[in-house]
Amino acid sequence: MGVALARAAQWTAAGSGTGTLEITPLNESLLNQIIKFAEDFSTKHPQEAAFVFREPLEWKTQLDSSVFGEGYEINEATVQSKAKDKDGQPLFVLSASTLRVRSFDQLSRLLHIAMEKKLKETQACLEANRDPIVKILGPEYGTVEGEDKSILHLFDKVKKESDLETELKMKIILLLHQLDLQLLNSSLKQISQDVRLNPAAVNDEVNLLKNFSGQGEDTVLESLEYTSDYMFSNGCRAPPWRQVRGEICYLLIKPHDTDPLYITCSTAGVFLNGGQLKGKDIDYERKSDLYKDIVTFLRERSPKFVENMAKQEYSFFKEPAHENYQHVEGAEIFGQSQSFHEFRRMTVCGRGKSSSLGSPGQRLKPCMKWKNSELSASQSDKSPKKDSEEEGKSSTVSLTTKKKASGKSKTVKIQEASKCKASSSPEDVGESSSETDEDEQPLRRQEGHTDLSAEYWGIQKLAKYVKGGDPTATVIALCSMRDLNLSQETCQLAIKDTGCLEVLINLLDTEEIKCQTGSLKILKEISQNVLIRHAIADLGGLEIMVKILDSPDTDLKCLAAETIANVARFKRARKTVRQHGGIKRLVELLESISVGSSCQAKDTETARCGALALWSCSRSTKNKKAIRKAGGIPLLARWLKCSHTNILVPIVGTLQECASEPSYRLAIRTEGMIENLVKNLSSENEELQMHCASAIFKCAEDEEIRDLVRKHEGLQPLSVLLDNSENKQLLAAVTGAIWKCAISRENVLKFQEYKTVETLVTLLTDQPEEVLINVIGALGECCQEEENRGTIRKCGGIAPIVKLLTATNQALLVNVNKAVGGCAMEPENMLIIDSLDGVRLLWSLLKNPNPEVQASAAWALCPCVENAKNSGEMVRSFVGGLELIVNLLKSKDKEVLTSVCAAIANIAKDQENLAVMTDHGVVPLLSKLANTNNNKLRRHLAEAIAHCCMWGSNRVAFGETKAVAPLARYLKAKDPLVHRATALALYQLSEDPNNCVIMHENGVVKLLLAMVGSTDDALQEAAAGCIANIRRLALATEKAKYG
Amino acid sequence: GAMSRKRMKLLVDSLTRSSKHFNKSEVECLVNLFDTLVAKASSHFAGAGFDRTVFRDTLHSAFGLTDEVMLDRVFSTFDRSNTGSITVVEWVEGLGVLLRGTLEEKMKYCFAIYDLNGDGYISREEMFQMLKNSLLIQPADEEPDEGVKDLVEIALKKMASTYFDYDHDGKLSFTDFEKAVREESLLLEAFGPCLPDIK
Repeated sequence: MGVALARAAQWTAAGSGTGTLEITPLNESLLNQIIKFAEDFSTKHPQEAAFVFREPLEWKTQLDSSVFGEGYEINEATVQSKAKDKDGQPLFVLSASTLRVRSFDQLSRLLHIAMEKKLKETQACLEANRDPIVKILGPEYGTVEGEDKSILHLFDKVKKESDLETELKMKIILLLHQLDLQLLNSSLKQISQDVRLNPAAVNDEVNLLKNFSGQGEDTVLESLEYTSDYMFSNGCRAPPWRQVRGEICYLLIKPHDTDPLYITCSTAGVFLNGGQLKGKDIDYERKSDLYKDIVTFLRERSPKFVENMAKQEYSFFKEPAHENYQHVEGAEIFGQSQSFHEFRRMTVCGRGKSSSLGSPGQRLKPCMKWKNSELSASQSDKSPKKDSEEEGKSSTVSLTTKKKASGKSKTVKIQEASKCKASSSPEDVGESSSETDEDEQPLRRQEGHTDLSAEYWGIQKLAKYVKGGDPTATVIALCSMRDLNLSQETCQLAIKDTGCLEVLINLLDTEEIKCQTGSLKILKEISQNVLIRHAIADLGGLEIMVKILDSPDTDLKCLAAETIANVARFKRARKTVRQHGGIKRLVELLESISVGSSCQAKDTETARCGALALWSCSRSTKNKKAIRKAGGIPLLARWLKCSHTNILVPIVGTLQECASEPSYRLAIRTEGMIENLVKNLSSENEELQMHCASAIFKCAEDEEIRDLVRKHEGLQPLSVLLDNSENKQLLAAVTGAIWKCAISRENVLKFQEYKTVETLVTLLTDQPEEVLINVIGALGECCQEEENRGTIRKCGGIAPIVKLLTATNQALLVNVNKAVGGCAMEPENMLIIDSLDGVRLLWSLLKNPNPEVQASAAWALCPCVENAKNSGEMVRSFVGGLELIVNLLKSKDKEVLTSVCAAIANIAKDQENLAVMTDHGVVPLLSKLANTNNNKLRRHLAEAIAHCCMWGSNRVAFGETKAVAPLARYLKAKDPLVHRATALALYQLSEDPNNCVIMHENGVVKLLLAMVGSTDDALQEAAAGCIANIRRLALATEKAKYG
Repeated sequence: GAMSRKRMKLLVDSLTRSSKHFNKSEVECLVNLFDTLVAKASSHFAGAGFDRTVFRDTLHSAFGLTDEVMLDRVFSTFDRSNTGSITVVEWVEGLGVLLRGTLEEKMKYCFAIYDLNGDGYISREEMFQMLKNSLLIQPADEEPDEGVKDLVEIALKKMASTYFDYDHDGKLSFTDFEKAVREESLLLEAFGPCLPDIK
């Protein structure tokens, strides 16, 4: 039993001491077998059952004294067995919910008494007595770590002295061993039945689910993300010490209807873990049952997931997934055969007892990378020793040697710590949600080169002197290394693969300015390479470079800042810079503005390097905040006024990156930066122009900024820049700025002056999507001005716009819909749109899964239905079209509902179409929406209801579906547009006597009376008409009563 | 007395006139320091200056220069008259280069230090001399001098324009040195530290 319990049973990760048994099928079956063994013990082996344990098995019980009867002495809460040992002590004692049991006989009885609680009791007993055999027979029979000597021990004893007790013990231990074997056998059977997941299967499933995840109603999940971007070469993302437990990766899943779920995917299956701990770590402990895959897990957790999975018409998941899941026989994830022996070893290591994971040679090898780092760590461990041996020889260099040695061992430590970070890195999760930019991913490379290049040998030779030389030799070697082509990938990787990179980083931690400078000059070059960047971060290079920013040596500071600028292109690096106080120091680099003219060149260079690094760092939201907190904004504003292009580029780059934050947009406005941004739109440098335009693009959501751009005469340079249509990045930024600026009517009038609309129309073809989105967005805004609708038509813009209705990019579609809707306000344009089948295309976009696309399409349909000739007939010709739009009233998106109500109001003007919509249940669906507080929705809903009243018994039906009372309340809203639409609806509804009664009860008369005095004719008429209907009914009733 | 004060004033005035790097009060300080050092050295050496030992100690403690070979070379460069002692003129002018020298002056100074035999070239052998103690870790499987020889080749290849000219015996002219340093300022002290480590 000892072996089975210790090794096969799945204890929670708590480790030593009082762990708990997890509730798993395996453990349950083990417990049941142990119970059966103990229950039957007294009948099968009466003699052994009487044996008195060396020490009692003691545990906290949930049983109380009331369940005990015959054979026990009960004294209030204390229970004693009548059976006593030879000293007269009871063999069973229960007091203060602690049980003490001293024989198998009593154990059997207890289990019989415990009834349905016996599983719990057995579990509690085994948890409290991790090695029961020791308690039963004595410490010399304990299960010694690794091997079980108890039988041998007993055998010896029996040979020496044969008394009755030893014989009894012998029998008991043999019985227990039998149980042990039985337990192990059955658990092996269990384990081999388990499905085994592998990294590829998990990855496939994650990718599949990702395709169906995202914002919106119909997706199966809001999101699912790995908690770590870093993948080891075996496909696992779990850190190596978790890989030995079979864990593959961790995921953060956000379902629509529950809290975010942190799950672990392991070879044994999928389960909920303890989520993210306060720091960076994951609480690895299992908190749920095991499931065979993520989908099965989610089916249990999220009803919405099940519902939306069912909606996906595609065969989402092939049920008999033979390719994805391999049984244990075939699974060779870590390159080891899954024999029972191996399994035992895994669980032994896995429980994390004091065993330091054995010697690396015979252990599982989760991943080559890890192994390598272990090796390099031990190598570097040796070098300080060598250094100190050297110490005795030359006294003059001893100082530097020591320094180097300590530097080295320090970095080794950092390296290991950061390795762990790299692999688990759940810290990225927090940031990734707020991240706007794509994060770079190092491409996986094949480890180990088959043919080593000349560069490799060259670098290895030089690395020898960098490593083993005094500062003079080191500098010579570093300078010589710079003659190699460091921009070439083979060189960059050779530096990494020869271990030279570690040395370069260690050099940064010395106080030799020349060595630091030489090293940074190389690091700056090779950090162009993404793998090197990640390696530098993993080796703790960023922390040291941040420290160097405090150096009094200006050149050194600049080099460090420039290298940071290169490295900080991925999230984790940016976070490291922030967490080590780098942002503040970088902002300080912008501060170095001294008075003397001779120093200015150096100041500009310092500021330029600082700005470059800030620019890289500013891609993380938290860094944007940190830059602001460090007082960076006024400094950015100050440098924005200078005229050096090379510093303006990173300054404006940082600004446009930060402009995604409202606080920066405010500052850009209040610190007068728009003027300079506008000025630099006319710079000679296209990159600078682009960043300026991009900053305006991001800021011009703000109305005051739009006005400022106009006041500083920025609209003309923007229009002029449209002519440079070769530079697509520039074009995207410029068209974006024009789009956002065109939200203001005065700006549109200016653009008309500059013939911007005409130019924009020429950009509707042969442009990349990021340009098209903005061009169409700008045209959509310009369409709000009547003159421009004609201009677009005259320039031949309608056809290319309508053609884009077949695009797939959702952001583009939203803008195209709006532009088509804008154009459709002009009957002449409508003819063209109709001839191009534009309305049908718009209508089919109602089927798009993105609610923004749905809503924009529905809005665009309104002017189309209104202005198309024979629109009623046209609408009817769309097969299933009316049903589709009516069903959109079930959407959960407010904007979709509002736009669909508006469209339905227009469609219902056609009697036949209204009849069809009625058949599809438009009335109850509209009524259901009536209890809303959103005034925009109220307005369009009331309009729709007013128009839908015109068919059959719809008025009565609205009353029956309880739409009237909520509508009556709309009259109390503050929005006059709501009043008008509501009065119209109430007027229509008041044709039905029952509705009049409800209206009267809800006090509409008084409110309507006030509206009769309105200057809005439509409102006035409708209010009066409604009152008249109510009054007529009242009179008729009176007449009937008093006749 | 008044005599010595007057002598002092004349000395300071003339040194200030000839120095490009120091103003009058700075020169005064340096002259005072010189007097202190001479006093300290008087037990070893009688003359109008101070000797190698005092010079070395002073540069060691003031500028952190520790390399014995280099310190000897710095002394020789200061001691232009080759008298074995540093005069007040040599002292002030030498420090001018060390502390305030232009890049040109520093390049000339460093080259002079590294050109051990003063023949206008830094030869392989001279480099070897200067670098022979620069390797802290000798690869076990190599000849003790192999590493240094290799390093000398690396330095020559980096700095000598004539390295690939096989007729040439591989040495560094001042033009080579100047060109290399202008391209890469780290090479100014390529063969050993001989300038104060402050910027």
